[in-house]
Amino acid sequence: MSSENGKRLLETDAGGLNFEATELTLGLPGEPRVTSDGGAKLGSKRGFSETVDLKLGDNNQEVKLGHSLQEAAKSPVSKTQVVGWPPVRGFARRGKKSCKYVKVAVDGAPYLRKVDLEIYNSYQQLLTSLEDMFSCFTIRNYLNEKKIDQVNGIEYMPTYEDKDGDWMLVGDVPWQLMKSSEAVGLGLKTAPKYSSTN
Amino acid sequence: MLKKMAFSFPDEVLEHVFSFIQSDKDRNAVSMVCKSWYEIERWCRRKVFVGNCYAVSPRMVIRRFPEFRSIELKGKPHFADFNLVPDGWGGYVFPWIAEMAGAYPWLEEIRLKRMVVTDESLELIAKSFKNFKVLVLSSCEGFSTDGLAAIAASCKNLKELDLRDCEVDDLSAHWLSHFPETYTSLVSLNISCLGSDEASFSALERLVRRCTNLKTLRLNRAVPLDKIANILRHAPQLVEFGTGTYTADVRPDVYSDLAGVFSSCKELKSLSGFWDVIPDYLPAIYPVCSKLTSLNLSYATIQSPDLIKLVSHCPNLQRLLVLDYIEDSGLEVLASSCKDLQELRVFPSDPFGAEPNVSLTEQGLVAVSLGCPKLQSVLYFCRRMSNEALVTIARSRPNFTRFRLCIIEPKTADYLTLEPLDVGFGAIVQYCKDLRRLSLSGLLTDRVFEYIGTYAKKLEMLSVAFAGDSDLGLHHVLSGCESLRKLEIRDCPFGDKALLANAAKLETMRSLWMSSCAVSFAACKLLGQKMPRLNVEVIDERGPPDSRPENCPVDKLYIYRSIAGPRFDMPPFVWTMDEDSGLRLS
Repeated sequence: MSSENGKRLLETDAGGLNFEATELTLGLPGEPRVTSDGGAKLGSKRGFSETVDLKLGDNNQEVKLGHSLQEAAKSPVSKTQVVGWPPVRGFARRGKKSCKYVKVAVDGAPYLRKVDLEIYNSYQQLLTSLEDMFSCFTIRNYLNEKKIDQVNGIEYMPTYEDKDGDWMLVGDVPWQLMKSSEAVGLGLKTAPKYSSTN
Repeated sequence: MLKKMAFSFPDEVLEHVFSFIQSDKDRNAVSMVCKSWYEIERWCRRKVFVGNCYAVSPRMVIRRFPEFRSIELKGKPHFADFNLVPDGWGGYVFPWIAEMAGAYPWLEEIRLKRMVVTDESLELIAKSFKNFKVLVLSSCEGFSTDGLAAIAASCKNLKELDLRDCEVDDLSAHWLSHFPETYTSLVSLNISCLGSDEASFSALERLVRRCTNLKTLRLNRAVPLDKIANILRHAPQLVEFGTGTYTADVRPDVYSDLAGVFSSCKELKSLSGFWDVIPDYLPAIYPVCSKLTSLNLSYATIQSPDLIKLVSHCPNLQRLLVLDYIEDSGLEVLASSCKDLQELRVFPSDPFGAEPNVSLTEQGLVAVSLGCPKLQSVLYFCRRMSNEALVTIARSRPNFTRFRLCIIEPKTADYLTLEPLDVGFGAIVQYCKDLRRLSLSGLLTDRVFEYIGTYAKKLEMLSVAFAGDSDLGLHHVLSGCESLRKLEIRDCPFGDKALLANAAKLETMRSLWMSSCAVSFAACKLLGQKMPRLNVEVIDERGPPDSRPENCPVDKLYIYRSIAGPRFDMPPFVWTMDEDSGLRLS
């Protein structure tokens, strides 16, 4: 759904673009590219911080470059894992039994991500984590702001699809309730006048 | 004259003497002195230990020991902890429960490790043993809270229910309400592995309140911080306590309540839990820190300064489990503050990251080894090591009994000299003469195994990964380590020669595990054929091993001695090499 929108926007905007900037590679959305010698080399992968210049659909798009290169150096790509090595017991399941994975789609991002809601204890933690994952977008912190600021430009609204298939704004129901029963998929949709209802 | 006297003791006298002998090993030795001692001993053995549930059948145990009250069984091989043993491999406890249900209505204690326990098994336990007192399930799986409800409802004399590291199907927290209101005998409860969100706090509180003999209580993550005060208020006699999630909005009233309640726990010696801990609430436990002997912070994702502050308050600490956030600096403080430290485990906070995320190196381990004269057991994950450090550690701490080192990247060389770590580990086995358990890592050649075979005479368990050059390595270990009971190997170039040359040794050991090595199917068949008292099991998820050439290496191999013969509960991906399989060899 969102990925289709994203692709269409890229094509129609081809006019003012540097072709290299639109080159799709294997980088995951939100992974910043590290070019300084201090950081880990990600090879030919490029993160979204590069493609953000594309001005996807609006003039005054607020762009947040997410991690600085310095910070990026601290979070390099994990190497491929050997089964059962290092010998840590049930590491991924440390202290938790259940796993509630939901898909996260962002309007304009070519890849979806998956997050495990179980590892978060509050909306705030989830939003922070989503911001890290989709570092080029500002995600509206709906919990703290009452009005949609349309003067400064588009921000992304965190929404989720509930079990009835309706798109709901994140924050209305208590965290535990949303986590355990409501959320099927999370989305980061552009502000109301741009969002598509499926 | 002396001989006559030995035979003239009446049985009751010998039985009385034997009652002072509790250790399993000693009991086994006693039973081998002569036939009459064997007979007397078997009638009065009250605790049976079976290190491998497939080494003997339930019926054989029941036949030999007609009056035991307590049994301990172990199932899957240790590497199952790291997902190397596929699901469905085995280790089912039900056949044991079924046999004992008929033969031992007075059974009191069951302790299981790495076994598959179903709700049906738990229900059968609840129904069959009227005086049932102790259930300890360690790293078990296969049951749900329904099974626990059955135990709670029926076992009126239950004293201990410990579910450490189990995988439980958490259907409902209400199983706790199945303990009747008249039930008050609980002494130890460990439910730290349970995950359900809607925990039945009121049932838990009521249970704690009425069980005035409760000494150990380990809660699960779902219990919020503000509930802890209520629970502890009614259990000031607790000796061991595990918190739930240790985070909450910072509120002075919650904090002072918590601090007050901890102050009133004068017997507290062991603390654990601390999921999601925030530093603001840690000082609440300071009142009990000076008496603490055991502290498990392996879920506490706090940074070094907070860990240092905490550890400095615990001068009597004997056992510490912590994440590598403690860093070298924290371990240096530990070394100077905790002179009674006996056991240290440092776990990796980011085991799959490519780069170190914390400043924890071999220096931390060196500091603790130098500073803590009673240190005897270590499990340490780090990213670099040197022979120099290992030699220093070995020289300063010859009293190590358990030394498990995991250098996270396989085949990592000495970072100073770029040499293998053979000499370093060699020093460990040479100086630490009482070493019983050793885990190797880093870049290692056959040389390290030569050292191990030469010096590690008391070694009982050895874990090897990504090490060695040839069969000679394995041969050194099998031929040299006289006390070896368990050997587990993965990803090493060990093949048929050493295994076949030391086949007889395998009968003196509990078990051998080899995965991703170079042992051929043909060798497995030969071993199975020649050694009838060994069960040689090939685990291969690629399909039947005889669908490939015989000289193809098998994926996983598990060999264990057994007097029960091959087992019959194997899943489709496990093949046993018994005597008949050898007939097909040309």
